[in-house]
This record gives sequence, structure tokens and C-alpha cells, in this order.
Amino acid sequence: MNPTPPLGTHAAIPKPALDQVLGALRDAGYTLVGPKVADGAIVYGEITGIADLPVGWTAEQEAGRYRLRPGVPGRLFGFAVGPHAPKRYLYPSTATLFRTRRTAEGFEVLPGEEAAPRYALVGVRACDLAAIAIQDRVFLDGPAPDPHYRARREAAFLLAVNCLEPGGTCFCASTRTGPRCTTGFDLALTELDEVLLVEVGSEAGAAMLAAADWRPASAFELTRARRALAEAEGRMGRTMDVRDLPDLLYERLDHPRWEAVAARCLSCANCTMVCPTCFCADVVDTSDLTGGEAARVRVWDSCFNHEFSYVFGGHLRPNIRARYRQWLTHKLATWIDQYGVLGCVGCGRCITWCPAAIDLTEELAAIRGGEPT
Amino acid sequence: MSMTAVGPVPPAPHPLQPHAARLVTVTPEAPGIATYVFELADPALRARYAFAPGQFNMLFLPGIGECAISLSSDAGEPGRLAHTVRAVGSVTRAIARLRPGDAIGLRGPYGSPWPVDRLRGRDLILVAGGIGLAPLRPVVYHLIRHRPAFGRVQLLIGARVPADLLFVSEYQAWRAAEIEVIETVDRADETWTGRVGVVPVLFYQLRPDPRRTAVLTCGPEIMMRFVVYEALARRIPRDAIYLSLERNMKCAVAVCGRCQYGPFFLCKDGPVLSYDRVEPFFSVEEY
Repeated sequence: MNPTPPLGTHAAIPKPALDQVLGALRDAGYTLVGPKVADGAIVYGEITGIADLPVGWTAEQEAGRYRLRPGVPGRLFGFAVGPHAPKRYLYPSTATLFRTRRTAEGFEVLPGEEAAPRYALVGVRACDLAAIAIQDRVFLDGPAPDPHYRARREAAFLLAVNCLEPGGTCFCASTRTGPRCTTGFDLALTELDEVLLVEVGSEAGAAMLAAADWRPASAFELTRARRALAEAEGRMGRTMDVRDLPDLLYERLDHPRWEAVAARCLSCANCTMVCPTCFCADVVDTSDLTGGEAARVRVWDSCFNHEFSYVFGGHLRPNIRARYRQWLTHKLATWIDQYGVLGCVGCGRCITWCPAAIDLTEELAAIRGGEPT
Repeated sequence: MSMTAVGPVPPAPHPLQPHAARLVTVTPEAPGIATYVFELADPALRARYAFAPGQFNMLFLPGIGECAISLSSDAGEPGRLAHTVRAVGSVTRAIARLRPGDAIGLRGPYGSPWPVDRLRGRDLILVAGGIGLAPLRPVVYHLIRHRPAFGRVQLLIGARVPADLLFVSEYQAWRAAEIEVIETVDRADETWTGRVGVVPVLFYQLRPDPRRTAVLTCGPEIMMRFVVYEALARRIPRDAIYLSLERNMKCAVAVCGRCQYGPFFLCKDGPVLSYDRVEPFFSVEEY
């Protein structure tokens, strides 16, 4: 058995030794979830070890475009984020809040979700760590902390990865949420050519790293990692000027650009589905045929859906202009008032996965550049 | 010591779980509108439950859904939870089918109340449009209980037609408590001998002192827009005009995101907000 590294240790392990860490996580009862190639993209799914990772793969990302490509052979994490975010494991798209059963007196309320799964999320990027920190505020710091989120969140192990190859739609350097993982992880990897550097962020992380043949990282290795990260920061595919937010958008709620983007936006909600911070939900009712058993099920919803703003009397945001404006002003303005941070972590997913190739960095720049009306 | 299983801990009961309650009485108020009084089933919970004027509950029926409804009863009698409901949607129509004794799910109270304590000593103009009178009725009861603590109180009530006026049988008692009740209808019928016209027009007969007057309004947004206009024209300060706003709500605990109004979650920061806070968004089209 190897010694347990103290918190804050920068260790180095040979790449194959990552399997020892993953094995230790599995032995500790975690379900391993990590990036893998499926359906022509790098998505999250259950993995068993290194062999399931997208080894040697990368992806080209542009507005409305995603293409898998062979990357550097042997590279474990040589790609930017795909469509899936850790959100789908901590805040699943469908969750039964509670169930009811008819009784002689009326009905009784029964619990919804059973015991929370214990996920070890492998390959979480800095932008997604920032998004998790944001969703923690949404679900845990509000007037009624969400026990389902809390159970999944507290059970989760976060094995993060520093991004050395940002994608064409990335801009975490602008939102100051990456590419380096600075907080909120159990272990954070930096992949160099022949070794993985591992930063220990928690006691749980230290215990798992002890399963691998680690040694302290050399000064030379740490310098190379630092340089690679600095270089990655300069290779972001996008930039976003976040100055003067939120006031800039509050002053330009009547800007003609909202009309222009609405002409291209399909209101399909893809951007909100891939967004790692979007949290809006609907609650739907299901019942069996007799009505004896029913459930309330929370499902992801989107401010782009027509029903989202419905109150008796009509739809308050009846057109795409109003809905796109709601989304962008929430992400980049009202979110700051609500949670003290931008609602955007610069992951670029909404740009890549927009079928109409709408780019929020471009929209914001246009609104910033144009004269207020 | 008993053995306990080691393993994942099931999550605590979800805050969206309702409490069992029972329908006590139904009072028809107007076509399609009735007041439903509920009582929480658990005596301990009933004893603990307290609300303030302007707050709301979430009412739930299994397999049908849940909706946000303001409390319309006296906060001084928190064991008796009245909700004045118009049957317009799937949940409210199902509520309209309930009979006394039937079970319902209830959770709350939620939301920001009318700031009645901060308004002591002030003259008040309450402006209600249609069912917007329901969330203001607890204010009326509060004023009656603490009448000497407030100055002049005028209650402007508007309805589309005379039959839609709510709580008419109580107006006499309210007037007896020195609350000036002024009603108007959009369209008169042969029974009507009172005023005709939209509510904000009633401001033309008021002479409020802007230094000591506060306005509390609830009704259709278009009505409140003109109430704000009339109040500002009389130099009533922006922070002395309070509105009760409505948006779609699913959770009431600021996680479903639907009730957002600018930076506000109307379930948590609202529904009652002062005009100075909502002004940047209030006149933005389709916001």
C-alpha cells in the first residue's frame, strides 16, 4: 500500500495507474461515470476503466457543429466538453419528488426517490466544477434545500481534469472559470505526455490516490503543466466581454438585436438542455388508470418552451424574442443579482449544440456594440 | 443498540411534499369564484401554522396538479385557511368539484407579505381588480384589527360586471370600520346604480397626501400599470407603491425558475414588491 498523500499534494502517476484509482473508487462503492465515445460524440456514461475513455479522440467544435476526430494517440483527455454535463447525474432530467396513494381518508404521501446513487464523476472540467458550485447555490442555499440534490451531491466524488485543449466554442478564460480546476474537486488531473499529475483536493481524494503508485510531481513537471495551462488559456475559441454586466443588459432590454436573434432562434431549448447551470423545471403529474396511485415528477424545462410562462390569461413571453431575451439576461445579468455570479461558465455547449449556430458571445457583443434604443 | 444497515441514506422528505388538509366550507362569491376554507389535518402543524397578509399556499390534488393561491382570510385566525379561487385551470376546476370533508394537499405559506407593520401611521389606498381583492382582504382584516394605528384608508374595488364583485356582503362591516370602500364596474347592468369605469380612474376623486400615503394594489397587470401611473402623478413615492405580481409557479421555493421577474423570484422575493424595485422591468414589453 502506498502512503496517503496530504491535502494539496501535487503527485504524479504513470497513466496506466489511473486504473488503480478508478478501481479503488469502484471498490469504495462508487458508480464510475466518465467520458466515452457514443453516438458520434464524447458523452458521459458508465465506465469501468481507462479503456472506456475516448483515448486518442478529440472533437472539432464550432457554432452548430461538432465532429469527432482522431487526436493525439494515447491521449486520455485530449478533448473539450461534449453535450453532457455532470448536471445530469446530480440533478437528473426526471425525478419523482413524491408519490401518493388513495386511502379511505383521502390520500397518503409516499417518498419519491429512493437512496441516492454514489457517482464518481471522472473527467469533470473546470467549467463544470464552476457550474456545480452554481447549482449548489441554487439547490442548497435557497429557502428550501433540495434533499434529492443534496443526497446525490454529497455522495459524489469529483475526479476533475485540467483542460489543455480547449474547444472552438470555449471561453472559460473570459468567465474566469477555467481552464484550471482551482477548487471543488477531490482529485484534479493534468495530462502530460507520459504522466498524469494529480492534485489532491480532499481527504476522500487522498485516500483514492493512495491506491496508485504515486510520487511527488517534479518541479519540471509542474512547470510544464503550468505552461500548458497558460497556453490553453490563450487558445480559447471564443471570448466574451463580461464588463458592465448586469447593468448593460438591463439598459438594453429593448435592443433591436433581440429581434434579429429571434429571427434565427428555433426556440428548440437545446441550449438550456446542454447548459450545465440551467435549472428551470416543470413538475408534472402522473397517475395510474384508476387514479389510486399518482406521482409528482420534476422534469427539466426551458424558458424557450411556450408553456413556461403561461398564466391564466395568456403566455407572458409569447414570442422567441421575449424568450431568448429572458434566457440571455438570466444567464448574464439577473443571475448575478440572484446568486452573485454569472450564470455562464464559458463551456460553449450552447454554441456548439445550437442547430441554428447562434453564439451567445456574438449576441452579447452585438448588444454591447450597438447603441441602446 | 439495534443494528442499522450501512449504505446510501435515502433523501429527506422533499420540500415540495404537501401536508394533508381538509375542505371545511365553500362559499360561492361570484360566477366561477368561491372561497374554500381548508384546515390542516395534523393538529400540531395547525397550531404552528402562521401567515401574513399577501402570502400564498400551494394547493395540490393527486394526479391533477398543484397551484399557487393567495390566502384571503384573516391572518389573526391562522387555523382557518381561506382561498378565493376562480375555476379556470385543471387544478382550480378540480378544487371547484370538492365537497366539505374532502382531502387536499397544502403547503405554505410562501412569499413576501404586504408590509403592513411598516405602514403603520400611514394613509393607505388599496386598489383591487377582480380576484385581486382576495390577497388584499387579509390587509383589510388587519386594518380592522389595528384600525387606530393607520390613517385614512380607501379601498378601490373594480370588477368587470356587478356580479363579479367579491365579498360584497362584507363591505358594510368594512365601512363601519372606517374603510372607505369605493366600487366600480367596467360594464353596468340593470341592477347597478354605482360607478362605471376602470379602477385607476377612481384616483381622480382622491386627494392623497403624497408624504403619508402608500398604495397597495393587486389585479391584472394592465390595471396595476395605470394604478402606478395615477399614484406617481399624485407624487406618491415609488417605494410607497406596492404591487402583488403573478407568474407561473411550480415549486414556490425558488428552484423551478418559472416565476422569475427580472432578478426576482416572485415566490420568494415576491409576490409583493415595491414599485421602485420592479420599475426597470415593469414597462418592458413581454418581459
